[in-house]
Amino acid sequence: MGYPHPSHPKETVVLSRYFGDPEARSYDGWVKRGGYEALRKALGMSREAIVDEVKASGLRGRGGAGFPTGLKWSFMPKAVVKPHYLLCNADESEPGTFKDREIMRWTPHALLEGCAIAAYAIGAERCYIYIRGEFTEPWAVMAAAVEEAYARGALGANALGSGKRVDVVLHRGAGAYICGEETAMMNSLEGKRGNPRIKPPFPAVAGLFGMPTTINNVETLAAVPHILNRGAAWYKALCLGNPKSTGTKLISICGHIQRPGNYEVTMGTPVKEILYDMAGGPPPGRTVKAIIPGGSSVPIMTREEAEAALFDYEGIVEQGSMLGSAGMIVMDDTTDMVYQIWRLARFYAHESCAQCTQCREGTAWTTRVLARILAGQGKQEDYQLLLDLAENMTGKTICVLSDSCAAPVVSGIQKFRSEFEAYIAGAREPALAAV
Amino acid sequence: MSAHSAHGGHDSATTVPHEPVFVGETRERLERLFALYPTKQACLLPALWIVQELRGWISEPAIGEVAEALELTPAYVKGVVTFYTMYHTHPVGRHFIQVCTTTPCNICGAEDVVKALLAATGCGELGATSPDGRFTIIEVECLGACGFATPILVDDDFIENVAPDKVPGILQRYP
Repeated sequence: MGYPHPSHPKETVVLSRYFGDPEARSYDGWVKRGGYEALRKALGMSREAIVDEVKASGLRGRGGAGFPTGLKWSFMPKAVVKPHYLLCNADESEPGTFKDREIMRWTPHALLEGCAIAAYAIGAERCYIYIRGEFTEPWAVMAAAVEEAYARGALGANALGSGKRVDVVLHRGAGAYICGEETAMMNSLEGKRGNPRIKPPFPAVAGLFGMPTTINNVETLAAVPHILNRGAAWYKALCLGNPKSTGTKLISICGHIQRPGNYEVTMGTPVKEILYDMAGGPPPGRTVKAIIPGGSSVPIMTREEAEAALFDYEGIVEQGSMLGSAGMIVMDDTTDMVYQIWRLARFYAHESCAQCTQCREGTAWTTRVLARILAGQGKQEDYQLLLDLAENMTGKTICVLSDSCAAPVVSGIQKFRSEFEAYIAGAREPALAAV
Repeated sequence: MSAHSAHGGHDSATTVPHEPVFVGETRERLERLFALYPTKQACLLPALWIVQELRGWISEPAIGEVAEALELTPAYVKGVVTFYTMYHTHPVGRHFIQVCTTTPCNICGAEDVVKALLAATGCGELGATSPDGRFTIIEVECLGACGFATPILVDDDFIENVAPDKVPGILQRYP
């Protein structure tokens, strides 16, 4: 549902059905709503059968990369000769994205159930849920749910009376965007600085504590109980024509929009419907100028591109951007694009772990050049300088943080060049003091 | 303290001698954490959270104590502390305010919220503590509540939809 707004008829409400319903937070409330039936079913199945079911559903990772979930699970060694781990990525920090927060705040047991099923399926002796430090309320709700799930026997040595052990531990981050990157998250959980690791080895071979590990996003895991309850075929059928993108997706909409919030749609829904019918469009009298559809790390779309796009992994790519985490930032005609691109670059410069030269130097340099342009000191050569920097920041580093900084800069120059030109030509008042 | 204790009795931010954190019940709390991880090192972030919860910030002697408890070196622990933005390496005001000003909040007026907070608290500038010791304000990157611009964190209270005119009413709740 379009939390905090009532459900819109064009939504397909699965994961968000109980957002805003405080009773769903408790163990009894969750069981009354059909909770833990999927876990009971899973614990009676073979591990391979669960992986196959998730594979058949077409579920893809909801954190940003869109990797097929069942396939990821199948990379884990079949035989459990050393500890396996499941790591749930609840470090939601991608600007524009706030869906996992609502899953944890309103339906904590949905996530625990998904974690328990996945942990069993991959043979994990423990699931760690890494929650970003700033999420104080989701942490409190999740902590209460974990305690209750243990007390009621859904988790622990004899999960739901199955004789099988399932353990879930919450781990709190401490403020670092980069820890949302899966290998940085593993380092952080191990008590290290959150520096991403070089792959290979991939986590399924040597992950957390050097052991086989699977990392899944909150929304991905919360979808798993529904797939087991209602079947892979049901989930796969939730798509509007493109069989590569199945199921429902939570979209966080923010920025210049009348009804910001989380909307849940069937994959393939036109962006136009989401933007105008569900979220109410921009404030009265204003028009949309730009949209960043998948969190701040994806290329900026013009209104025309966004309005022509279908909302699924392939549909957004066709219009020049990426689905990412589905955090949609709407910018209307009052937005100073150069200023906001500078603000994004500053974000990445602040969050760079500084391991790789291209990122450490590139994000800071890009930020300085953009600040110079905003201060009225830009030069014609700055376009090429920014594009050269962006090229050196793309595909050349351990993780994709610097690529993410380059994306809005390159797409911004391509699509909103006249706004840069106005500052460089002195036709617009400087927005920042001279440096 | 062990041979690799870094503090050497010097603590620049306070003249009060360091009282050990991990004694009695707090020590037991730490030991319960050990059971949840295959290494003691993995308890580093949780241990630092405990220090901050009880002492308000993480001092050099506390870093030494954490290092000893987890069998790490103080230099290593300090390297980790300074990587993360939420650990305070110096004392802060009674109430610590974090304001999101990243793009989605920025286009919805977050910079005006910062100005209103700085003016109403008397902090003057970001990172500084108000003369009465009541508040410290910092600007932070995305708090993950972009649909509810502008979100702020006052201590552990997450407050959504903050606008400049709501600032005085919010601050009243934090004496």
